Amino acid sequence: MNLTNLFRIAIRALFRNKMRAFLTMLGIIIGVASVIAMLAIGEGSKRSITEEMSSMGSNLIMIMPNFQQRGGVNLGASSSMALKYSDVTAIRNEAAFITAASPTVNANGQVIYGNKNTQTSIYGVSEEYLDIRKLKIATGRIFNETETRSMAKVCLLGQTVVDNLFGEGVDPVGTTIRIKNLPFEVIGVLEDKGESGMGQDQDDMIIAPYTTVQRRLAAIDYINGIYCSAVSEEKSAAAIEEVTEVLRRTHKLKEMEENDFRVMSQSELIESVSTVTNIMTYLLGAIAGISLLVGGIGIMNIMFVSVTERTREIGLRMSIGGRGKDILRQFLVESMLLSLTGGIFGIIFGYLIAQVAGTLMNSTTFITTQSVVLAFAVCFVIGVFFGWYPARKASNLKPIDALRYE
Amino acid sequence: MNNIIIEIQNLKKDYHVGEVTVHALRGIDLRIEEGEFVAIMGVSGSGKSTMLNILGCLDKPTQGKYKLDGVDVNTLSKDATARLRNKKLGFVFQAFNLLPRTTALENVELPLFYNGKVSSKERKEKAVRALEAVGLAGRMNHMPNQLSGGQQQRVAIARSLVNDPVLILADEPTGNLDTRTSFEIMELFQSLNDKGRTIVYVTHEPDIARFATRNVIFRDGKIQRENIISERLYATEVLKTLPVENIEEFDI
Repeated sequence: MNLTNLFRIAIRALFRNKMRAFLTMLGIIIGVASVIAMLAIGEGSKRSITEEMSSMGSNLIMIMPNFQQRGGVNLGASSSMALKYSDVTAIRNEAAFITAASPTVNANGQVIYGNKNTQTSIYGVSEEYLDIRKLKIATGRIFNETETRSMAKVCLLGQTVVDNLFGEGVDPVGTTIRIKNLPFEVIGVLEDKGESGMGQDQDDMIIAPYTTVQRRLAAIDYINGIYCSAVSEEKSAAAIEEVTEVLRRTHKLKEMEENDFRVMSQSELIESVSTVTNIMTYLLGAIAGISLLVGGIGIMNIMFVSVTERTREIGLRMSIGGRGKDILRQFLVESMLLSLTGGIFGIIFGYLIAQVAGTLMNSTTFITTQSVVLAFAVCFVIGVFFGWYPARKASNLKPIDALRYE
Repeated sequence: MNNIIIEIQNLKKDYHVGEVTVHALRGIDLRIEEGEFVAIMGVSGSGKSTMLNILGCLDKPTQGKYKLDGVDVNTLSKDATARLRNKKLGFVFQAFNLLPRTTALENVELPLFYNGKVSSKERKEKAVRALEAVGLAGRMNHMPNQLSGGQQQRVAIARSLVNDPVLILADEPTGNLDTRTSFEIMELFQSLNDKGRTIVYVTHEPDIARFATRNVIFRDGKIQRENIISERLYATEVLKTLPVENIEEFDI
């Protein structure tokens, strides 16, 4: 019996019990649809997080002081005074894979304008910081070298700070605000950047020359970190190596000594976030997979019914020359037809569910080719696996018993 | 001398039902030649159905020799037995055993599906010819439930003919039919036999057995006696003696 005829027989057998075939398929349809939809939602959120993270900066490389331990007491990263401005200069001069570098000096404090005040972060940086973090100026200008050198009390505000101090839609350029009781002239406003992938407001900040923040606000002589841009995404690994080398040299570390700083690239950060979203995706997929399994059991159940109900037909087919394997194939094709048809409809439904869910939850969903291939492959396996046992039972029937079956 | 289609020597069949062993056949010797028309008779439990199953290669004997058209059936594998059934045997059942919701033509084609050498065009031609031979040329695309019992059995007979078998086995072929239709079926069998078909059928009705050329009577798992029918009945003539019924009943 060739494949075409097997298919014709199977299609006819299924059409004889349309409702039953449909209900059986429904189990697979729901299973596949939920797998597809879950994977699409998971993949979508992974992509949007990744996208937001890459908007943090262009080929960003971050250098932080390493955790310092003295006699078992962890003093925390921020207490480390390992990084100096001279490190930034060294990186700018010596690291070929780095296009720009900016120191950061962090301070927190109360900011006052008129009768309004707010608590925010103040970042002391150099001019390059804007390019490195992909920040844009909405109005006003960035501070210049003279202002940096003279520790001028000038600053640029994030949108949230503007909203909090001045109210929405007000241009604060030219006014003077007080940061930790020191008067600062507002010389610019940064463009809206929105929330970060981790739900942090990226507009709730003030930037000022690093010298000003270092001396006047934080009163320290070290810096908290260095932000750099690598030449390209592909070169970021090489850039990390280079920066490490440069810093080890300037820090005069001996071969045995550990780094007193940490270098992280954006891609590493994205990777660690992706790991989390991947776990979530797999978990969702696994739960949906269980319903697919239940659908498979449904197929097995209905195939058993079909075999029992057609025992006499099996007997007849055997008596006119059907071999055991012919009967086996006949029922296998039938169960695979059920599961694969269910799979195709499931993929279509899964796609629709993903679209609707994406719109309702206002998030992106993304159906990968892999998830479709996976769903289809799983359907194939289910058809064979759950069809095998009933088909085997049919093919092992003795023709005389099958013919006599009432 | 004609070809020997069936040659059976000292054939025995035991069934194990729990602890008890049932001796269904206790040493059968039988030989059927090409062109014979044999009726196997016997009361229920006499072993005639077991005999038919073994003749049809659906069951294997416990002991003894069975040669079908020169092939020693006992030595064949399961698949080879299936192939043998496909090539050399045609079955007709009491309950017709047609596939429901499948046209007469497709039902007749069925055995050819299991014969890989037959193309789909050839398959259809052969099925059409078989249906014509049983007088159902006009009913090819009817479903079994649109056919009368007699017509259904004719489809079944066409199905048994389609592979051009050396032997047709019929298990109570008239058991589900009324007298007139029974005779019509026997008429068909007789005309096939006249064209040289070897036919073996099981029946418990003596007047149906009288259409055969030879009767083999089973009793307690043994052949009690064999009769060569001297006064053979011819169904065509018997039918003439029956009162004419409304035979247009099933004409649509």
